Amino acid sequence: MPKYLLLKHYRGGPERHHPFPPMDQWAPEDVEAHMAFQRQVRELLRENGEYVDARALTPTRTWVRYGGEEAAPVTTDGPLPETSDLVAGWFMIDVESHERALELAAYVSSAPGPGGEPIYEWIDVREVMWEAPTDD
Amino acid sequence: MLAGLVRRGEDFDAAEDALQEALLEALRVWPEQPPGDPRAWLTTVATRRLVDARRSEAARRRREEAIYAEPRPEASTEVGDDTLFLLFCCCRPDLAPASQVALTLRAVGGLTTREIADAFYVPEATMAQRISRAKRSLRGRRLDQPGDLAIVLRVLYLIYTAGHAGRIDLAAEAIRLARQLTLATAEPEARGLLALMLLNHARLPARVDAEGRIVTLDRQDRSLWNTREIAEGVRVLQSALAAGRPGRYQIEAAIAALHDDAASPEETDWPQILAWYDDLVALSGDPVRKDPAAVLGRAVAVGHVHGAAAGLRETEPLRDVLGDRHRWHAARGHLHELDGDLPAAAAAYAEAARLATNVAERDHLIRQAARVRQKAARGPQPAGSAGCGPPAAG
Repeated sequence: MPKYLLLKHYRGGPERHHPFPPMDQWAPEDVEAHMAFQRQVRELLRENGEYVDARALTPTRTWVRYGGEEAAPVTTDGPLPETSDLVAGWFMIDVESHERALELAAYVSSAPGPGGEPIYEWIDVREVMWEAPTDD
Repeated sequence: MLAGLVRRGEDFDAAEDALQEALLEALRVWPEQPPGDPRAWLTTVATRRLVDARRSEAARRRREEAIYAEPRPEASTEVGDDTLFLLFCCCRPDLAPASQVALTLRAVGGLTTREIADAFYVPEATMAQRISRAKRSLRGRRLDQPGDLAIVLRVLYLIYTAGHAGRIDLAAEAIRLARQLTLATAEPEARGLLALMLLNHARLPARVDAEGRIVTLDRQDRSLWNTREIAEGVRVLQSALAAGRPGRYQIEAAIAALHDDAASPEETDWPQILAWYDDLVALSGDPVRKDPAAVLGRAVAVGHVHGAAAGLRETEPLRDVLGDRHRWHAARGHLHELDGDLPAAAAAYAEAARLATNVAERDHLIRQAARVRQKAARGPQPAGSAGCGPPAAG
């Protein structure tokens, strides 16, 4: 079965469906509902036997490259640090098909936001390549 | 038993190999010929294997063949000098902390590589490599020098704080090891560490709710606290303090004991807690740089004794050292809330959430920010009525 990463972003991607403030500015009950939904997604994937992994990333990013011989690594927080793509985390799933991955991504995207309305978040769906050569 | 072999001056790695082989042989032989004294049988066989191993490289091949049938090494049930000695071996100062922790759990705790890997969320092969590299760096060295107790204590505390996730409760394992250590040494700091672990562990059942949400100290259901652990912790702490040589673990345990002792958050004896923090901070010459966590804890205590503004002033010198850590912002959020400055509290909690590196803490801090913003929107509250607990709810 193919594996997919469902990537969530702090920023970047297509234009948002509708604007909303950062979560710390939502009403407490909306925060609770959103966090409960994230737990539900995980439980659902586990129950379906489709769960592989789920991780969150901190928003702090450092770009680094080789500095050359005898030189220290070169670091920067990147070009356009305020607007460039920034991954927030992922679900890794193991599913029957690409269609199923899209279906689950759409469900992840329906997480409730302010006022309990779905946030319609864009989810970046990426297939994970296999390591080993296959027989066929 | 492993400790016994190593103590005789045997190479650590070779001794473990020999013992594992003896265990494998026991699996084969015992069902038909159970020995009268299993322990003596194992020691004899292991010693014989050690002699064999010196003569031949064959042992190496056997170990590689046997690797898939890794037997769970027997948890060291012997107490006293051997445990202490083995702990010192695993906590050599030239090993990296991660290696000290892994080796201690494997050799002293008797956990399998798989269990240790699970506890730290790394692949089993990664943990196996970490352990074998650590053992390799001990190879050939005769481990008969006394070690550094301070490092042993730090390693046990690291194991304790690594937490309760995974299938193995590392906190409980750390407590078990610390208890063994206190039987092997009279050093009061060893008892201080055991007391600190017990007094914090006692609050564990109240610290997270059914949905996995963090519950701060002031909102915990105190009837869930483990009174047996608190009683033992206090007893151990008293016997440590009686030696008259207080150190950081004894002091931190005393602070934990004062929190445990309060029947309600309002009854918390903050002046006493502050007095212990004064002692803790005085242990290092340059506390802001050497022990910023203690200075931050003291600042919160100052806030409760002398007022939130005074507490906030105490956090200022830490800005350069802790300004990019979530704890500093979380503590300031707490103090701002205590001060009745809700917008500043919300901003500090939000910044703390942005910097957090733990999902449960991040979620908790977002909730704190949202809760405080809502309170601010509902109108001014009298200062000092802040319903929030110290951020270090440990």
